[in-house]
Amino acid sequence: MDIDKRKFLKLVGVSGALWVGSRLAGGLSSVFNIRDRFDKQALADAGYEVGTMVPDPGELKAKQWAMAIDVRQFKTPEDYTRCIQACDKIHNIPDITTQQDIKWIWEEPYSAAFPEQHNQYMEAALKSTPILLLCNQCEFPPCVRVCPTGATFKRQDGIVMMDYHRCIGCRYCMAACPYGSRSFNFKDPRPYIKKIDPAYPTRTKGVVEKCDFCAERLDQGLMPACVEASKGALIFGDLRDPDSDVRKVLSTNFSIRRKPELGTQPNVFYIL
Amino acid sequence: MYNSGKIITGLVLFLGVVTMPFWFNIGKADVKPDPSLDTPVIRQMKVKHCIESKQFMIDNHMELLNAWRNAVVRNNKTIYVSTAGQYFTMSLEDTCFHCHSNEKQFCDQCHTYANIQPYCWECHVKPVEEAANGHR
Ligand code: SF4
Ligand code: SF4
Repeated sequence: MDIDKRKFLKLVGVSGALWVGSRLAGGLSSVFNIRDRFDKQALADAGYEVGTMVPDPGELKAKQWAMAIDVRQFKTPEDYTRCIQACDKIHNIPDITTQQDIKWIWEEPYSAAFPEQHNQYMEAALKSTPILLLCNQCEFPPCVRVCPTGATFKRQDGIVMMDYHRCIGCRYCMAACPYGSRSFNFKDPRPYIKKIDPAYPTRTKGVVEKCDFCAERLDQGLMPACVEASKGALIFGDLRDPDSDVRKVLSTNFSIRRKPELGTQPNVFYIL
Repeated sequence: MYNSGKIITGLVLFLGVVTMPFWFNIGKADVKPDPSLDTPVIRQMKVKHCIESKQFMIDNHMELLNAWRNAVVRNNKTIYVSTAGQYFTMSLEDTCFHCHSNEKQFCDQCHTYANIQPYCWECHVKPVEEAANGHR
């Protein structure tokens, strides 16, 4: 056999590489059956470079997310708890029955939600109707201006977001928020969570938390949990898009916002 | 030399005390960490391969995770394109723990050995380890 050492080594190298390559290609695609919710074809078509971090091709995009709450559609206690529980469940929100409770979305009487619009002799039905409250995702959020670490910041799509990794628990944001939308973890919340959903982190003692319009769901192409559970009573969409659902209900109904005179430009609207 | 007896005794005692940790640990080699890769999901893999090469993950997993968290939380980016061109959701819970469901064996061993205490678990939920696995 007239094969010299050089040729032989080359042959071994090439066939070895081929074998490893085929094993890897076959192996990798079949073994990872992780809960991947993204569209693989769309990603492949986008032709991203390897080693990069990219958005989900199915993400929901907006210039400024906003919510309209149709108060008229909230009739029974069930209508409220449906929305509140949807949020509590997926975000691992503890149920603490003292003043140290954690609230992302909750209810208050009209007089507490709109103190400056509370007339002495007002419509009886409205007077006794609880109002759903949550972070207003203000366009000019005072909480963001005072945060010393950048833990609370405004995303491109208008959502006022929390990065719990960076929160040092100084609570400046709580003092700055005129709506009481933020809660502080005075203690480890875990013992107070009925059932921990492992897909979402809990928070830890010493950080502030609040509603973030389900940013993690929007990034995966899903609507906020409370909107999904509300059976149409919560309307969600892009405030800068004249054809969006929110803009449509806002242009045909009378709506108010909480403390608009403060100039924070709240992005949660109430249709009465 | 005055008081040489006292000085020499003192020196010997001093040296003995200072080198005490060595005497205590003599002959007891520290057990090198040997993180277990034995989980039900990994067992079923035909080719055992992490999202990047093993050496890259050993050297750089902390930096990779740090880049992931900033990308996901601060820049709405949720997907990692690996060197092999595969796509992964950037998530401890959904991706890493899917295979490495044995946190005690896989994470804690090296972290304890290197005496570092990452506080991921204060918020991120540890995978439920199977009792049948012998972990726990
Ligand atoms: S409602 Fe409060 S917490 Fe929410 S963005 Fe406005 S100021 Fe910040
Ligand atoms: S938008 Fe999301 S985070 Fe905010 S109250 Fe609704 S469910 Fe909770």
